Amino acid sequence: MTPTYYLLLSALLFTLGAVGVLVRRNAIVVFMCVELMLNAVNLTLVTFARINGSLSGQVMAFFVMVVAAAEVVIGLAIIMAIFRTRRSSSVDDSNLLKY
Amino acid sequence: MPVPAGGIAAAAWLLLALPALGATVLLVGGRRTNGWGHLLGCLTIVAAFGYGLALFLNSTGLPVAQRVQNLHLFSWIPVGNLQVDFGLRLDPLSLTFVLLITGVGGLIHIYSIGYMSHDRDRRKFFAYLNLFVASMLLLVLANGFVTLYLGWEGVGLASYLLIGWYQDRPSAATAAKKAFLMNRVGDVGLAIAIFILYTHLHTTQFTEVFALAHTLSPATLTAVAMLLLLGACGKSGQFPLQAWLPDAMEGPTPVSALIHAATMVTAGVYLVARSHPIYDLTANGRLLVTIIGTITLLIGCVIGCAYDDIKKVLAYSTVSQIGYMMLAVGLGPVGYALGIAHLLSHGFFKAGLFLGAGSVMHAMDDETDMRRFGGLLRRMPITAVTFGLGYLAIIGFPGLSGYFTKGAIIDAAFGQPGWRGWAFGIAAVVGAGLTAFYMTRLVIMTFFGDARWKKLRNNEGKDYHPHESSPVMTIPMVILAIGSIGAGAYFIIGDRLANWLSPSLGALAPTGHSPLSGTTLTVLDLVVIALGVLAAILVVGRRPVPVVRPEPVSWPVRAARADLYGNALNEALIARPGTWLDRALVFTDNKGVDGMVNGLAALFGGGSGRLRRLQTGFVRSYALSMLGGAVLLVAALLMVRFS
Repeated sequence: MTPTYYLLLSALLFTLGAVGVLVRRNAIVVFMCVELMLNAVNLTLVTFARINGSLSGQVMAFFVMVVAAAEVVIGLAIIMAIFRTRRSSSVDDSNLLKY
Repeated sequence: MPVPAGGIAAAAWLLLALPALGATVLLVGGRRTNGWGHLLGCLTIVAAFGYGLALFLNSTGLPVAQRVQNLHLFSWIPVGNLQVDFGLRLDPLSLTFVLLITGVGGLIHIYSIGYMSHDRDRRKFFAYLNLFVASMLLLVLANGFVTLYLGWEGVGLASYLLIGWYQDRPSAATAAKKAFLMNRVGDVGLAIAIFILYTHLHTTQFTEVFALAHTLSPATLTAVAMLLLLGACGKSGQFPLQAWLPDAMEGPTPVSALIHAATMVTAGVYLVARSHPIYDLTANGRLLVTIIGTITLLIGCVIGCAYDDIKKVLAYSTVSQIGYMMLAVGLGPVGYALGIAHLLSHGFFKAGLFLGAGSVMHAMDDETDMRRFGGLLRRMPITAVTFGLGYLAIIGFPGLSGYFTKGAIIDAAFGQPGWRGWAFGIAAVVGAGLTAFYMTRLVIMTFFGDARWKKLRNNEGKDYHPHESSPVMTIPMVILAIGSIGAGAYFIIGDRLANWLSPSLGALAPTGHSPLSGTTLTVLDLVVIALGVLAAILVVGRRPVPVVRPEPVSWPVRAARADLYGNALNEALIARPGTWLDRALVFTDNKGVDGMVNGLAALFGGGSGRLRRLQTGFVRSYALSMLGGAVLLVAALLMVRFS
């Protein structure tokens, strides 16, 4: 069981998340893809902590989880608010803030 | 060397203060002074004349060595190395001018009481006249070039105000502007001459400049002499800047008399005579003065023959007579005093002629076209006689002023060595003949022949009723006529004026050896004058004068009527290059300087406008750019790590 597979998995997950953020229009799905990217990073951090025998990577993963939880709360609230006023959850419809 | 002024001369500033006070009171007092303004205006000048006379008599009683006096008034511009004192120089030359300016000027003031009696703003007119006299007195009394320049500009201002007196006439407004601008061309020359003197000598006071003039290099001296001459040309209406002087006839006639006889145009001759220590050192500069004077005297005569406007003929006769004065002062020590003598006698007879012309115009409802005059001798005997005496004086009739002063200049011109003697002498004699021609023509057309005005109507469609003017106008004319008779003989016989002026101008040098003897010259002069008079009698007196100017005419007359293209010359030499320069500067400013500033702004503005388009508002494109940036960053880090 070499740690390399974990790293490859996390890279795969990160790529899936990034591609999802870029190609999907539904705000909820984009949001979930962001979560996927965060957790891919978490996996990387934990794997490196295991490889190096140090705890700091795991501590960092906790921090990321806390931030992600907070972000989910705020993000979902924003998406809900936009949906209520504009009757749409597509990220491409919210494009008023521009040149 | 000048001695400090003491005694009666210590209050010489009163000479300036009196007319200046008159001008101030009349201008500040406004309409309240309408009732007595003209009297105050005359009083200040007459008082200045009285004081000037006292100074003159006082000066004649002093030993010759003490006749050049300096009166320091205050330190005017004390800035670092530039120390300009405001002071007066009382010497025979300036006192002579003071007497001319206040004497003839005073008579013109008195005459104006009558001439301007119908003008609503007579009080303002007298204020300007006083300002004119005050400026001119400052010009001649100044003891340094900067103070002289102040008076010089004051004269320019006052002449502008007075030439443009009839502001509602566009022609008068234009003439005033023209006079001011053409004077400005000359003023630039004077200013640059002062700058050069200061740069080299670190002073602008006459005494020090003249004492140090010999230390200047010949090139500098010539440059200064030429620039001073440019200033003199502007003020004195000399070639090529003579065109403003005839246009200045748009002003009321007393103004013309004041400009032409007592103030303003004499300033150029004064400047050259005053700067004689500089001109003494540069033969080339003097030669140029002589040449300019000769050209001008011929131009003035030729144009004078063609005009029908009585004032313009007189104006061109002034141009030509000032040409004689310039010719004389350009001859150097043999001529300075002769130029001043002709200037003084000219002051008398030209003022008399102008006042006479004004009297004729007054009688003829402001008509100036001589073709509409004729036979006025019976109607205006006093004017005709005084005018006739001025006429005889200007043409050089034996025994009258012009005969002595102009004859002396002709003698001195012939006395020049080599070709110069012949060239200048013959030009001066030809000028005398032409002067006799056009002045005779003027007198015949105005006072003799048919009374052409009887069949004509004036501008208002009424008959002309010529009448003699009131005594307040005729008395000054009579006094000036007496001056025209006697002044020349008094000045020239026994070199009386030259001896009096010698502390200022140096002793009068004897005239050089002339190829013609003195008697021959006198006879030649008289014969040429007689021919001129005869020609005028034959051409004008023997046949009826057409009331309307004949057209077409031969090319010399056409050229003379067009001022010998003096305006075209000025246009080509000064006005058009100036316009081109202006246009080029405007173009550079608009396209070059503004172009650079505006172009830079447009570059940033346009660039930001295009960059702004990157902010599309689409979250996913931002995400892509963030990802791209992150990839680039990682790639860069890896490259640094593994390369």
